[in-house]
Amino acid sequence: MTPCVAADASPGDSSSDRRSLTPEQAAVIAGKIIEAKNVSKWYGAFRALTDINLTVRGGERIVICGPSGSGKSTLIRCFNRLEAHQEGRITVNGIILHNKMRNVADVRKNVGMVFQHFNLFPHMTVLKNCMAAPMWIKGMPEVEARKIALKFLERVRIPEQANKYPAQLSGGQQQRVAIARSLCMEPAVMLFDEPTSSLDPEMVAEVLETMTGLARDGMTMVCVTHEMGFARAVADRVIFMDQGQIIEEGAPHDFFTSPRHERTRLFLSQILSH
Amino acid sequence: MLHRDTVDSEVLVHRPWIVASMFAVVLVVFLMFNLTGTTIGELMRPVIGDPLKSGFYGRFTIAFVIAVMFCLNVVLLGFAPLKMQLGVVWLELLLLFLAFFKSFDLSLPFIWKHLPFLITQGVVTTIYVSALSLIFASVIAIVAAIAKLSSNGFAYGIASFYTSLFRGLPLLMQIYLIYLGLPQLGYVIDAVPSGVLALSLCYGAYMTEIFRSGIQSIDRGQWEASRSLAFGFGLTTRRIILPQALPVIIPPMGNMFISMLKDSSLVSVLGVWELTFLAYQIGQPTFHNMEMLASASIMYWIMSICFELIQSRIERYFARSKVR
Repeated sequence: MTPCVAADASPGDSSSDRRSLTPEQAAVIAGKIIEAKNVSKWYGAFRALTDINLTVRGGERIVICGPSGSGKSTLIRCFNRLEAHQEGRITVNGIILHNKMRNVADVRKNVGMVFQHFNLFPHMTVLKNCMAAPMWIKGMPEVEARKIALKFLERVRIPEQANKYPAQLSGGQQQRVAIARSLCMEPAVMLFDEPTSSLDPEMVAEVLETMTGLARDGMTMVCVTHEMGFARAVADRVIFMDQGQIIEEGAPHDFFTSPRHERTRLFLSQILSH
Repeated sequence: MLHRDTVDSEVLVHRPWIVASMFAVVLVVFLMFNLTGTTIGELMRPVIGDPLKSGFYGRFTIAFVIAVMFCLNVVLLGFAPLKMQLGVVWLELLLLFLAFFKSFDLSLPFIWKHLPFLITQGVVTTIYVSALSLIFASVIAIVAAIAKLSSNGFAYGIASFYTSLFRGLPLLMQIYLIYLGLPQLGYVIDAVPSGVLALSLCYGAYMTEIFRSGIQSIDRGQWEASRSLAFGFGLTTRRIILPQALPVIIPPMGNMFISMLKDSSLVSVLGVWELTFLAYQIGQPTFHNMEMLASASIMYWIMSICFELIQSRIERYFARSKVR
């Protein structure tokens, strides 16, 4: 198979994505928010993802784990088209992602993303960070956007920091603001890309607590994380990836107590031994 | 501000060996020049007798006195607080500079007589030419910087050719080329517009690189976060990237503005009645060149100081999100 196949599996044009009831919309009705079918991705000659099949249904909490370089971040970055896949098909909220799409904003509006390094906008206050997307993308009036921003800042329990700049907050607080910023768009699914990896241990807890709260409220979540305790407590499914492939997936209890693959066992023993 | 250590070190200029070597350096430097024939020699007459006949004794004494005064000055300043040091140093250097001007023996009445016209006509034209060019240059620079960063070969080609050409030609040539070249194409252009055009194009090319480096200094994560919130390219550039790039590009832009202000004097070759042209024209007939050139220099300096003040204001404004 040649790398960098530019074509997409289904180059349906953007308008037909939304017209009458396509199979993709039927999928949404069936509760599928993200569906990846036989997805492969190359960086030049290096194959980053191989034949990924994954379905995320509404309300599901999925944890993806695996050693570094296993393609887990790449995979979830494909879900909001921060990265392009070369083969297979990804459908998000009924819209097929491909490189000629004109409505990528429609996808991103509904997919929140939290990054390892927070990536808050340092020149805006916390409140402005949260108000920006609702105002600029949804055209919400300022008063309403402020109300929503405060509501979600309240939810991540830092409304009192609203008028500070990101640099004035601790790492954990910044990450919670980043979560609130994504929530302000009221997305259908939240993607977490190692949200606690750059935090001090005592700040990990406050971020995980926020994420657990979200899960309890029924948010659909896909988390790339090494926090196995979180996976055990919150996830509906745990997925183990290695070398760009999904090696194993299952309910957390089965996954942690009786992993089927040798590679998974090795990974778990390494990560749980300390 | 550089990183400041929390431990107070001993004041540098109070260490004996520093003072001693400073003294030696100043002494040697001034020994190299024979100052006996200058005002300083005249001032030292009570000590060295007739300056011109004092020979090496006079030369050494003058250098010695200067070195002593210099070291004393520096050591004493070492005791003062920062603000005061700043003020005293500025004042001393300014006085030296004025003494330098005084040595030209300028005719003050001539300056006072022509100063108003120099300001109302010359300074105003200079400001107006450079302000216009500044605005155009900034606009050109933003567009060209984005073009240079884009993956569009056409835009990149135009932008890189433009920066290469206009950074590569001397500004004076550009001014001539536009003023004398455009009429060849059948379009006669006035002196002021062609001057503004040349300045904008030349400085736009330099500023392009400043903007480009500023935009590139912003972390990739900012683009990703912005795009993941569904912001388009234009919105991301305007609201997320440029506002963060601005604080980075303000200091080099300040350089550009000040440099442009002074390079606007090159427009004088087209006969535009700006500061340099007028200074030359007024001084020339009566051989009061130095008077007018000195006043024009000081006025350029004052205008640059205004720019510097504006720049520090802007920097302070952008520093607000860096508080901790």
